[in-house]
Amino acid sequence: MSKKLITSPSPHIRGRRTTQNLMGDVVIALLPALAAACYLFGARALLLSAVCVFSCVFFEWTLCRLLKMDSAIGDLSAVVTGLLLAFNLPAALPLWMAVIGSFTAIVVVKGLFGGIGQNFANPAIVARIVLFVSFSSAMTTWVKPFSYQYPTADVITTATPLALMRNGRWTEYADLFWGTTGGCLGETCAAALLLGGVYLVIRRVISPLVPLVYLGTVALGAFLGGQDVLFHLLSGGLMLGAIFMATDYTTSPTTTWGRVLFAFGCGAITILIRLFGSYAEGVSFAILFMNLLTPYLEKATLPRVIGGATE
Amino acid sequence: MEQTAGDKRLSVLLNGILRENPVMVLLLGTCPSLAVTTSVTNAIGMGLATTFVLLGSNVVISLIKKLIPSSVRIPCYIVVIAGFVTIIKQLMMAYLQPLYLALGVYLDLIVVNCILLGRAEAFASRNTVGLSFLDGLGMGLGFTLSLFAIGSIRELLGNGSWFGVELTAGVIEPMGIFAAPAGGFFVYGILIALVGILLRRDGRKPRKSFGCGDCPSAKDCKGKEGA
Repeated sequence: MSKKLITSPSPHIRGRRTTQNLMGDVVIALLPALAAACYLFGARALLLSAVCVFSCVFFEWTLCRLLKMDSAIGDLSAVVTGLLLAFNLPAALPLWMAVIGSFTAIVVVKGLFGGIGQNFANPAIVARIVLFVSFSSAMTTWVKPFSYQYPTADVITTATPLALMRNGRWTEYADLFWGTTGGCLGETCAAALLLGGVYLVIRRVISPLVPLVYLGTVALGAFLGGQDVLFHLLSGGLMLGAIFMATDYTTSPTTTWGRVLFAFGCGAITILIRLFGSYAEGVSFAILFMNLLTPYLEKATLPRVIGGATE
Repeated sequence: MEQTAGDKRLSVLLNGILRENPVMVLLLGTCPSLAVTTSVTNAIGMGLATTFVLLGSNVVISLIKKLIPSSVRIPCYIVVIAGFVTIIKQLMMAYLQPLYLALGVYLDLIVVNCILLGRAEAFASRNTVGLSFLDGLGMGLGFTLSLFAIGSIRELLGNGSWFGVELTAGVIEPMGIFAAPAGGFFVYGILIALVGILLRRDGRKPRKSFGCGDCPSAKDCKGKEGA
């Protein structure tokens, strides 16, 4: 047999991108926000991130061993999930709660539904919501930035800009942009998140469509609601959600119009919760809800095959 | 293999407890299984109330099965079931008021619990009174056991207690999500999977397709309904 004649099914041309280097790029894009978190909230932020990443990787490894699947920890997706989860937690959260979050993300949301590419929703988002619903006081104890510099053993707390706004107190744009406000680890510093987002777009890991439509919808909603547009764009988990969570491959549509609708839905629900809901922030609920609608959006926006029959 | 009458009776009784557990295998009665299982006491109360109704309705329906015209059988079954639900409701109101208040509307809703109509249709209407009694007992106990399992996990994790006795609440902060409906679905889904693994060890293969012939009512409708 001549080895030169090989017949194989398509695809015949393969890109060089692998899950591993895509996820590696996401990790790189998350590093500025991680650095900002460590600067703002001290070593505790780094410890919490490390615990999340290690526990996510550990659960992934254990699950693969138990189910006798090929080990998937090399694809770095568990590292990304761990980092994103940590970014969604307040800095003073007890570490065992973070481990429960990792368990929820990796085992319940990802592993039980078939591993990478099969999860019905963003693992980090579901883990955040499970922790938020379960431990509401610990999940809303926001550490005041730079409080680690004070010589006190107590945690100095503050409120998030969105919660402050509800009480009629204003936060400066500069504080929102550089992240010197109360909030989750990775959500406060808009500058670092934007930097990561630009890197992902340049590296073509994500298309700017979803973040732009998401942010645009929130801006429009804030404008229509008679509120400060820039404030809404820079505060809360919006940047983190729009750039890193709503662009997740598995849980957002693959069609262009599907993506537009998905991002619009995320933005609309976010701003509706912010303006009228009982919670001050709605990014995670918005993304989770649109994750669940993703299969339907995809089905509804499937392009017609060229030359295919019209109904 | 020839089955003796005693074996048959035993297998009818045990059928409902694991092999055809109404909640974990047949997936019937999921509404009360999720709604009242935030505490073990409520779960067992609901389980036993349903067992009582199931015993009564299975026996009565089996007794009068020859009198019921096939075209109006469903309303007839429902009337019998509703009668027993009213009895247990009045009894609980009189003697177990805290449980009666805790179960609330779900006590009335036993009438529309699929397990009751399902067993009336699939078993009591075509078997002897004795076997129907055993079937009702087995199914009722299977239902109670399932609710007990779901309730134990949810009360322990969601409230840090068991039968209302505080166990871990002071040590570890309970996870509120297990007391919420979402947590109920989590626990339910994971338990169904575990029962599936148990049954697979028992030699039962997971079904890939559910054709018309697999339906419990296939003998009655002979493929006329559905597609």
